[in-house]
Amino acid sequence: MQDYLLLIIAAMFVNNIVLILFLGNCPLVGVTSSMESAFGMGAAVVFVTTLAGTACWIVQRFALEPLALEYLQTLVFILIIASLVQFVEIVLQKVAPPLYRTLGIFLPLITTNCMVFGAAILSIKRDYTFLQTLVFCLAAAVGFALVLVFMAGLRERMEVSGRIPAALQGVPITMITAGMMGLSFAGLLGMAH
Amino acid sequence: MAARIVQEFTKGLWKEIAPLRFALGICSALAVSTRVDNALGLGIAVVFVTCMSNVLISLVRNLVPDKVRIAVFISIIATAVVIVELVMQAYFYPLFLVLGIWIPLIVVNCIVLGRAEAFARKNPVALSLADGLGMGLGFTLSLLVIASIREVLGSGSWLGIAVLPDGYPGFGFLLRPPGAFVIFGVLLAAMNVVSKRLEKR
Repeated sequence: MQDYLLLIIAAMFVNNIVLILFLGNCPLVGVTSSMESAFGMGAAVVFVTTLAGTACWIVQRFALEPLALEYLQTLVFILIIASLVQFVEIVLQKVAPPLYRTLGIFLPLITTNCMVFGAAILSIKRDYTFLQTLVFCLAAAVGFALVLVFMAGLRERMEVSGRIPAALQGVPITMITAGMMGLSFAGLLGMAH
Repeated sequence: MAARIVQEFTKGLWKEIAPLRFALGICSALAVSTRVDNALGLGIAVVFVTCMSNVLISLVRNLVPDKVRIAVFISIIATAVVIVELVMQAYFYPLFLVLGIWIPLIVVNCIVLGRAEAFARKNPVALSLADGLGMGLGFTLSLLVIASIREVLGSGSWLGIAVLPDGYPGFGFLLRPPGAFVIFGVLLAAMNVVSKRLEKR
């Protein structure tokens, strides 16, 4: 039990997937200009990463490894993720239209979100069991959503303050803020590795 | 035609240099830029992938139905990446180990799919090759700039050769992930200032 708790803390904060592992930095810049889109993207990513991470794990263990096809990992994983995103989009549209309206526009963007792919590959690289993969993907994605929401809040404030120098407005100040945020996350290093 | 090719090639190096102008492909740019040699390694891999994917996508551009184009493009890009992965594993094994997950992650580098979507699917092969080469080299160039700053100030060396005096303590912050974000933000701001100055002239 304690192992899983440590895994969650490590994936969510200490080795935060956005700020420390540099995965999914495009949405960090792209969708954090408003709280609403940051939240939508975050929720969509949590959903897809957990599904895709576990699906990729199953395919790796039960198809690629027995057939000695590990070198096709990249190709197979990206196809799984792309088709899964498409599948989730269709299902949501039919089953839960209100949810689809909030998450819909973010789903196609997720195919090329390196976070989903990165989490799937990291789970294999670190030799996680199925349950560990599930927990890791979920925690990492929640960490991603958390950073996105924090960043959106900070950016909204900065916009209102109107004190950002012209040259720093937009992406540059977002990057510097991300660095500061990463420092505070790294401060939890003593808790788990 | 020749002038057009040169133009498509050079735009990727300054006017539309992807990481520094549009913050595209910054994940890997920040992650591997702690040392110049790693940055160079990833840069060359990306140049190969952008060139190959642009050429192949441009070749099939009239055969692929619009609705499934993203899936087709992604498969082509992934094939190029698998080639890079296998070649690196066979001939540059130490580099392959250092770059780790960033080699397979070229598949989801926004620059590669972005060029396929914005350029290669609408333009002939020669132009697409020029565009891919320019964009890939622009990415490499950005990586080298970031890596040079981080390696020189962070560990006092460039490409493994000591450039600062022996007693230099090393600014360790720049080698850590938060340092990468900060240095990239400062670099973008500097780029904004320089571009504005140049425009005024």
